[in-house]
Amino acid sequence: MIIPNSPALLEVRGLCASVNAVDILKDLNFSVKRGEVHAIMGPNGSGKSTFAKVLAGHTAYQVTGGEVLFDGKNLLALAPEQRARAGVFLAFQYPIEIPGVGNSQFLRLAYNTVQAERGQEELDPLEFDDLVREKMKLLEMSPEFLQRSVNEGFSGGEKKRNEILQMALLEPSLAILDETDSGLDIDALRVVSQGVNHLANKDNAIVLVTHYQRLLNYIVPDYVHVMSAGRIIRTGGKELALELEERGYDWIENEAEAAGAVA
Amino acid sequence: MSAVLQNLVNQPYKHGFVTDIESEVADKGLSEDTIRLISAKKNEPGWLLEFRLKAFRHWLTMTEPEWANVKYPKIDFQAISYYAAPRPKAKLKSMEEVDPELLRTFEKLGVPMHERAALAGVAVDVIFDSVSVTTTYKAKLAEVGIIFGSISEAVQTHPDLVRQYLGSVVPSADNYYAALNSAVFTDGSFCFIPKGVKCPMDLSTYFRINTQDTGQFERTLIVAEEGASVSYLEGCTAPQFDTNQLHAAVVELVALDNADIKYSTVQNWYAGDENGIGGIYNFVTKRGLCRGVNSRISWTQVETGSAITWKYPSCILLGDNSVGEFYSVAVTNHHQQADTGTKMIHIGKNTRSTIVSKGISAGQSSNSYRGLVKVMPGALGARNYSQCDSMLVGVKCSANTFPYIQVRNPTAQVEHEASTSKIGEDQMFYFAQRGIGAEEAVSMIINGFCKDVFQQLPMEFAVEATKLLGFKLEGSVG
Repeated sequence: MIIPNSPALLEVRGLCASVNAVDILKDLNFSVKRGEVHAIMGPNGSGKSTFAKVLAGHTAYQVTGGEVLFDGKNLLALAPEQRARAGVFLAFQYPIEIPGVGNSQFLRLAYNTVQAERGQEELDPLEFDDLVREKMKLLEMSPEFLQRSVNEGFSGGEKKRNEILQMALLEPSLAILDETDSGLDIDALRVVSQGVNHLANKDNAIVLVTHYQRLLNYIVPDYVHVMSAGRIIRTGGKELALELEERGYDWIENEAEAAGAVA
Repeated sequence: MSAVLQNLVNQPYKHGFVTDIESEVADKGLSEDTIRLISAKKNEPGWLLEFRLKAFRHWLTMTEPEWANVKYPKIDFQAISYYAAPRPKAKLKSMEEVDPELLRTFEKLGVPMHERAALAGVAVDVIFDSVSVTTTYKAKLAEVGIIFGSISEAVQTHPDLVRQYLGSVVPSADNYYAALNSAVFTDGSFCFIPKGVKCPMDLSTYFRINTQDTGQFERTLIVAEEGASVSYLEGCTAPQFDTNQLHAAVVELVALDNADIKYSTVQNWYAGDENGIGGIYNFVTKRGLCRGVNSRISWTQVETGSAITWKYPSCILLGDNSVGEFYSVAVTNHHQQADTGTKMIHIGKNTRSTIVSKGISAGQSSNSYRGLVKVMPGALGARNYSQCDSMLVGVKCSANTFPYIQVRNPTAQVEHEASTSKIGEDQMFYFAQRGIGAEEAVSMIINGFCKDVFQQLPMEFAVEATKLLGFKLEGSVG
């Protein structure tokens, strides 16, 4: 929801970033206020996932220019775990498997770490078990997931649910969902979307990174951004997504190029 | 993130201190006279002196083995003192009589012996620089006929039993270091579980090298008669010294019909500093003989210390349906070298063996698994399952697997699985993105990796091992 006079949560100004000396993000500008849902769309290789990882602080990417303010503070100065504790959450496109590490143990450690940062109560294993089971109902997950190793042997859909479960537990102020819809069948998409909608409120913001308009039928964005060649080239309302679905990305890229040529 | 991992792994050794107890130390050097001196000091019977001398004479004809994947300067065996004993004192009956300095040592190690004994119900046979100082719970064990104490004492009180089994699994000429040990061993543990007795508590020994330049030659012998069972725990820490110390122990286990021996080790000898200076050479021969039908011997080891570890706890599966198990975690960091594994020798029918080995290398260390599975012609229906997993932390370390498989019976089934993994940047990032710092992330990943082995450890050892790995690897991932 767009809330008048809502404070800016995330301000990205002129962000440039590279990986292995290849420039990916080029002068990217982006702004999110509390309460809003944003969708970032764009063709393969446009830098959407890189943007998500740079915000979360992935060490493989080098920021070469620009600034990012989160709640008015310099986000880029923080280590990845500090960003997470400050309320930046990334639902991974490909959640990694961690063999041997129990999911419930992992979830509780993450939860308690963030709780401690916020000066809130940490939970013992029994209390946490009650909490996590409650949250799992939201995502229609079987408690059996708690006994398994983190993401190990999970199907694509199960991994994505596990990501949203973590979002539900950590209650981030900024949740970036990187292609959370990919690999989901229609039922799973519905469940995951319901979960995300349930978690959205006036104090947090959600950024959806996606290829397809399909997800936006379930999670309705306030703004749709089109990314191309490492920058945002068009911003519109939710109807922009429908237009993209119909016409593809070429026309916007062509228009942007023409505008660039004129400028 | 690399820096964080470096710090994690590079924590200084926590058990580095020298206890100030006056020692009686023999002159350096090794000769028949040295051996006669040791034997005389210990008031040993003639057959044992003969056992030692025979081993020594054979040792003189042997050459130091060089096949292991480890490198170290030549050891000068004449520069070692082969005997050190705390000043002779009257035999102790209770903990109150123990030298308070010694008790403080154990407390520094985090092993308050009396508490351990009382709370955990563990009988601790304390080996302090080769001489057994005190043995607790002996009376309680004696009620059920269990003999548990130092091997020197057993030589005096039960000479026939010691004579019957000593060298029956690891012959004095078995290998270079076993021969050396047979010649000069000063003390160790002896444990005898008579027919049909289930040992009512875990038996535990804490070994500790305390005198600089004193080689340690422990000798342990455990015998479980028909239907008997015992769980034995061995834990080691050593103080910090700059000169290398040789540790060449021999452990022999004998299981008769339907007997069950579980032998667990946590080894944390001084590993040398971060530049590879100092540290213990841990050259150990451990072997169990499943002599009877349906017998079982299970080795579990957590090897985190020593500059060089060279040991292969093995099982000879002689009795039909006997079972051998080997569960191992070996962690190396800095310049540590480990070449460790097991041998499973299938002789009897339907014998089974399981090998689970987890090697973790960090820093510039080298970590090798070396294992032999041998199925003899008579071992109808023998089965083996081996799993060898290596984990690399950082880019300067190495991991190797050397599996030797010799099958001479067509009905045998032998399986071998191996994997190598890395603590990857993406795993670390996943933890970080959930707010979890590098130290905790590494500790969680490592404990997860070693879970199959830790599950085999007795409860309090599992806790200790988990902590040990945590600080061993602090600072190395990233």
